[in-house]
Amino acid sequence: MVKIDFKGKDIISIRDFSKEEILHILKTTERMEKENFSNLLNGKIMGSLFFEPSTRTRLSFGSAMNGLGGTVIGFSDPKQSSAAKGESLPDAMKITEGYCDVIVMRHYLEGAARLAAESANVPVINAGDGANQHPTQTFLDLYTILKYKKKLDGLTVGFLGDLKYGRTVHSLVHALAYFNVKLVFISPDSLRMPPDDLEELKKKGIGFKEIEKFNSHIKDLDVIYATRIQKERFPDQMDYEKVKDAFILDKSILKGAKKDLIILHPLPRVNELNYDLDDTENAVYFDQAKNGVPVRKALLALVLGKI
Amino acid sequence: MEDRVYKVYRIKNGTVIDHIPQGKGHLVMKILKLHKEPSDNFIALGVNLKSKKGEFKDLVKIEDKELSEQEINKITLIAPKATMNIIRNGKITKKYKVKLPKNITGIMKCSNPNCVINNEHDVSTKFIMIQEHPLRVRCRYCERVMESKDIYVL
Ligand SMILES: [Zn+2]
Repeated sequence: MVKIDFKGKDIISIRDFSKEEILHILKTTERMEKENFSNLLNGKIMGSLFFEPSTRTRLSFGSAMNGLGGTVIGFSDPKQSSAAKGESLPDAMKITEGYCDVIVMRHYLEGAARLAAESANVPVINAGDGANQHPTQTFLDLYTILKYKKKLDGLTVGFLGDLKYGRTVHSLVHALAYFNVKLVFISPDSLRMPPDDLEELKKKGIGFKEIEKFNSHIKDLDVIYATRIQKERFPDQMDYEKVKDAFILDKSILKGAKKDLIILHPLPRVNELNYDLDDTENAVYFDQAKNGVPVRKALLALVLGKI
Repeated sequence: MEDRVYKVYRIKNGTVIDHIPQGKGHLVMKILKLHKEPSDNFIALGVNLKSKKGEFKDLVKIEDKELSEQEINKITLIAPKATMNIIRNGKITKKYKVKLPKNITGIMKCSNPNCVINNEHDVSTKFIMIQEHPLRVRCRYCERVMESKDIYVL
């Protein structure tokens, strides 16, 4: 078996990871939740560069770094960054690497994290690059499923809502394709999964169905991954009005479902998850958000070579 | 057979790019900047020629020129089934089908306006080939998949 070593590695895209590497990250995440590592990153500095605001992701990374004994520097307002003065991204990275041991970066342009990683000598963790990737979200989604289901193989996972533009969906589907899963895509016709992603699933021999309504399929599902449908995605508001109610989940859907069905959502929600679900055992979306901290702890410790 | 050869002037030294898709010959000229740079070299653009299989194709002949690797890769982007014939002393000394490398650097544009590569100066584009025929490539940066119709050669 090849030894898995993450020291000095960048975390840019879920596409960069093998199945073994993904499992290693999830196992390390579990240790972060169960054991005490409060001094693990003493003396280490995380540069937190948010070229686009994202309060929750920034706080989650900050909490992870502080929780391991490290410190955080950086900016959360792009107007404070040198890019606002016209500095190139590669230059900004070469300078920032002198101030810290690891860089966490959020950027509004797709591919910014990859370019940053090519320029910086310290590891770069992508905290979201435009509509492209948000790998720490994917790891926390996977970790949440594993935590509740104790396995990833043999599950039937339903994706609900905007499957065309939802980057969290695309990345999670890509990661799940390493495992023996069945996928059900439930969306309005205009927001179906991109053909490229479906083609990839076919090549990998992953069984999937595309449907417009739950119907009888709800009883097969072990996991529902719900996403928000944005009004702006519909050129014609009439079309939005027609479909929006079909993609709202409430307690009534549980009647036909497996008892241990879990419902995930990347949050924030608008109205697609009814509040009456919150108290059920099936709703795990708040714990899912919490899992962002141990996942980010695991990744920081791994790329800094401390675990 | 003789007829075929003499339809376009025979060259002594140079390159014949054959099996260019019908209608793409002028793009090959453009990629090689043959329409721009003044030169005394004989250049021929053959349009709507009939191949042995009876299909229409374009063809470009350039006297006293051998192409660089980047130029050949650029042509491959628009003519993935082209054949290169290297002519020396009136004879074909080398004949081969073009083939793109797995990593395609600096010869085509990313079609995603929100890609970092279209917003930074002095960084080469990089694509990874995921399928050869029909061509499909993925931008190393924004990860968008592009097909032949999306490709703009730099
Ligand atoms: Zn791109």
